[in-house]
Amino acid sequence: MTALSQLGGGEQAAVTEKSGRRFTAYLLLLPGALWLILFFVVPLVSLLSASLYDPNGSVETGYSVTGHWQNYTEALKDYATPFGRSFLYALVTTAFCLLLGYPLAYAIAFKSGRWKNLMLALVIAPFFTSFLIRTLSWKLLLGDDGVVVDTLKWLHILGPDGRLLATTTAVVTGLTYNFLPFMVLPLYASLERIDPRLIEAGGDLFAGPVTTFRTVTLPLSMPGVVAGTLLTFIPAAGDYINAQLLGTPRQRMIGNDIQQLFAAGAYPTAAALSVTLMAAIVVLVLFYVRRAGTEDLV
Amino acid sequence: MTRAGRWIGRHLVLFVGLLVLLYLFTPIFVVVLMSFNDPKSRLAYQFDGFTLDNWLNPCQPYGLCDAVSTSLRIGFLATVIATALGTLMAFAMVRHRYRGRQATNLFIFLPMASPEIVLGSSLLALFVSAGFGGVLGFWTILIAHVMFCLSFVVVTVKARLTGMDTRMEEAAMDLYANEWQTFWRITFPLVFPGILAAALLSFSLSFDDFIITNLNAGRTVTFPMFVWGSAQRDIPPQINVVGTAMFLLAVLLVLGGELARRRRAR
Repeated sequence: MTALSQLGGGEQAAVTEKSGRRFTAYLLLLPGALWLILFFVVPLVSLLSASLYDPNGSVETGYSVTGHWQNYTEALKDYATPFGRSFLYALVTTAFCLLLGYPLAYAIAFKSGRWKNLMLALVIAPFFTSFLIRTLSWKLLLGDDGVVVDTLKWLHILGPDGRLLATTTAVVTGLTYNFLPFMVLPLYASLERIDPRLIEAGGDLFAGPVTTFRTVTLPLSMPGVVAGTLLTFIPAAGDYINAQLLGTPRQRMIGNDIQQLFAAGAYPTAAALSVTLMAAIVVLVLFYVRRAGTEDLV
Repeated sequence: MTRAGRWIGRHLVLFVGLLVLLYLFTPIFVVVLMSFNDPKSRLAYQFDGFTLDNWLNPCQPYGLCDAVSTSLRIGFLATVIATALGTLMAFAMVRHRYRGRQATNLFIFLPMASPEIVLGSSLLALFVSAGFGGVLGFWTILIAHVMFCLSFVVVTVKARLTGMDTRMEEAAMDLYANEWQTFWRITFPLVFPGILAAALLSFSLSFDDFIITNLNAGRTVTFPMFVWGSAQRDIPPQINVVGTAMFLLAVLLVLGGELARRRRAR
């Protein structure tokens, strides 16, 4: 998990106080930890137990806790497709974010000169306009009479009756747009740490720019790549806003189903799907972190 | 190669970077434009004509300003609580040695690394099983918002604390300042920009959250929920006024911060 803590400045904490003062440390940690235990850990446990409720109950009459494992098998049977779709979309989104985010992060870290702070602020600035409003404006941008569709038709990339809105392309565009900064910021943090002299040394040793990038810059930025891909992939897999606003039921992701089931009061199935999503992500992340692991990781 | 070609070759990365920034800003231009839209029909989401009406009557759509005010109140309270609790935790984690530091780190990152839908649905499962199903609303939203803002505060403040030079504090101690004086005169002013950044981040996370809020809101309507609701029917242009105003506020804050930084640097 050190990959993630990269964002937080790493482990090399300056420990100045004497080690005998543990009591103060626990006192400082207590209120926040209590909040997280009560409203993060306990809820996860109750989600787990809700996923085992007998689905014949309701919010009003109460549920009986019966260890109803069938909730899982039935939910997985019914919702395998949106599950697969969510992970596929999240994967494609992460790839696009990496493709777009790396040059941006690189430009900010090495090419922006005195505009560095401004460019960083510009990456974050759009985020102050509500997530939903920005996603809605993609609806307008990708609309059937919009500039993007007209241009693509003019370039003959899109057929005369082709459209973007309500397609997979629209959903992935929205997802990529919404989660791009989660890729850029950790990438920037790790690129920024690279000593530029190492890159110059690559050039001095007669490596071309491509070789220098491949053998020096990229490996040194791996912690950022790992943190960025995780921070993009995880929220993208659980998102349902983009699929709802920019897609059709054919682009439905698992988040859409979980949300709808909860809204309809089908708690046991919804909880089972939610637990499965979490478990799948944890397994994937552990696997990924092991594979991508530099010594820093795990 | 032409001169322009060489120039582009040298600045290619910067050029691509700026294009990506443009991509990030494209919807913002749309939001600003649409805030001046004079829509012909309630269903159309296209630019029909220029008007200042939306800016003059931002509260005209029923419930919009109530929703904004609910979001502001929750955002403010969640920011105060999360910033206070998170700052204390960050101090403990950076400045104290205790058993279980590694575990605390992991514990702080887990909420950030969980999909929102899981966080939201698990809280709902808790509230329902505790019999709070009927009282979902302001307080349950607030509880949820503090929960997901907390980790971001810890990480932000920790980053500032970790990068700080502790020799200033040691010098203060050497000059016979007691711990309390050292903290308020030296440590706190130095960490303050980090705390401020964390508070800003919390506020924007809280103000913008939809997925977790929607699951735990009962009948309370926050601003993102209002936007969601209107996206299913018609989208009043005033929504874009609120979006533009938020954006301008953020830009002003960033510019203000940058100016203050430059003045101090001089």
